[in-house]
Amino acid sequence: MAENKQLKRVDIIFSEECGFKEILSDALKMDNEKIVDELLNSGLRGRGGAGFPTGMKWKFTAQEKGDERFIICNADEGEPGTFKDREILFKVPYKVFGGMAVGAKVIGAKEGYIYLRGEYKFLLNDLQKHLDEFHKTLDALDFDFRIHIVTGAGAYICGEESALFESMEGKRGEPRNKPPYPTVSGYKGKPTVINNVETLVYAFMICRLGSEKFKELGTDDSRGSKVFSVSGDTPIAGIYELELGMPLQDFVDEFGDGDTKAVQVGGAAGFCVPRKKFKDTVIGFEGVPTGGSMMVFNSSRSMFNVIHNYLEFFEEESCGQCTPCRVGCQQLLLGVEAVKRGDKSIDYLDELLKLSQTMKLTSKCGLGQSVANSFSSIVDNFREEMIY
Amino acid sequence: MSDTQEMVKQLVDAHGSERTNLMAILQGVVDQERYLSDEAITEIARQLDLSAAQVYGTASFYSFLDTVPRGKYVIRVCRTITCDMKGKRQIIKTLENLLKVNIGDTSADKKFTLLETNCLGWCHKGPVMLINDNAYTDLTPEKVKEIITDIKHHS
Repeated sequence: MAENKQLKRVDIIFSEECGFKEILSDALKMDNEKIVDELLNSGLRGRGGAGFPTGMKWKFTAQEKGDERFIICNADEGEPGTFKDREILFKVPYKVFGGMAVGAKVIGAKEGYIYLRGEYKFLLNDLQKHLDEFHKTLDALDFDFRIHIVTGAGAYICGEESALFESMEGKRGEPRNKPPYPTVSGYKGKPTVINNVETLVYAFMICRLGSEKFKELGTDDSRGSKVFSVSGDTPIAGIYELELGMPLQDFVDEFGDGDTKAVQVGGAAGFCVPRKKFKDTVIGFEGVPTGGSMMVFNSSRSMFNVIHNYLEFFEEESCGQCTPCRVGCQQLLLGVEAVKRGDKSIDYLDELLKLSQTMKLTSKCGLGQSVANSFSSIVDNFREEMIY
Repeated sequence: MSDTQEMVKQLVDAHGSERTNLMAILQGVVDQERYLSDEAITEIARQLDLSAAQVYGTASFYSFLDTVPRGKYVIRVCRTITCDMKGKRQIIKTLENLLKVNIGDTSADKKFTLLETNCLGWCHKGPVMLINDNAYTDLTPEKVKEIITDIKHHS
């Protein structure tokens, strides 16, 4: 193990000594353009996985016409292997609210919503209490804004922003066609900013730290730090805030159990990196991006079981709206099972890889488009395990 | 007014009668009755001025909005690979033996329903399960026995 190269720990998200009320009252006095400039200059990109520049989202929404607009916190954390948003909402909810209030000021929203996944309903009572306190703080600052909490009901796809709006509107959580993007037409067809829980906290903290300080961390493409959810074959599973842009080898040296065979970066929708590629893989937008999920597998694990588990997950969570995703997920699952049983030859895996590429090209939303990420990276790198 | 009509009316009064309140109303019924009966669905449709098909269409999309009767305690065991690696199968076997049910079934006394579910967001503390809204982490067969015995005694 390489103790000499310990990864840099960062303490922005969970730090309690942030002077919350000061940041809030200072930020609410700041010029809107100044806030957007700071966010743009910071290089902050969405921490939910997709990585859209946060400052642009706010800027575009602010430019839209019309009186009514919304800011939504996406707390539908459902990517397998991700659990950081639960911890953030549990430990520092006021920073999430603060980020929403600053966003609301910039875009001119009077109403905000937190879409909390149904699996985290046990957080609801405490969250509501903190929110009631926060509203008093807003009143004291004479800022007209209210946040409401709504809960999901066990559907992974509702983490997709347009499916989330549909769900909030009382409909099936089926993604919409894009464009129009949420900045133009989101919740109830109004201009909407929707940010991940962690993104909102970073946006809030950048108001205090300043963009230059934030930019000192990370790389050109991946500024700042990120909260990682580490699980699987690791002696120290848990939540860690680390600088972006680390080589995966350094991560494995620190978090692995000495026998790491592969790391699934970004959950079931992400990429599987085998041992031989640890050194050349960078964790960040220039390499392999992640919403935080880091699942570590050692050499005792069957990668067939891993991809089988992911495919069962996708097959169940596909909303069924578009054919490539609905049928593709089913056929990939049946296909790997048939190859494993010996009913289909090894070459059939190539047909399945083609199918996954077709899904990537033709599926309507990120769910169907991302199945190929884990499928091809696991099948390509661990082909023999699919058969024997 | 029937009990169901009364329950739906109270939920509509509390949340509002816009379609944007539908999820909260559906969840309110499930909180009380553990599932959405045909009667509840048609009553919600009537009071929200929607078609029953619209209400059923929404309800049937979500795995936590059950449309078949469930037990008083709905147990959902996380089936994600990381929980699997930490012994999920043993947890399920223990629950099946304790409750005398198979995965997907409800016990004869209508007290427990045993289900699997996708990632619960506790991968560093697996195996994990939800019982109604509460999460139980770092499970072992012994711990599961204690939890179930405890519930049986208190209900």
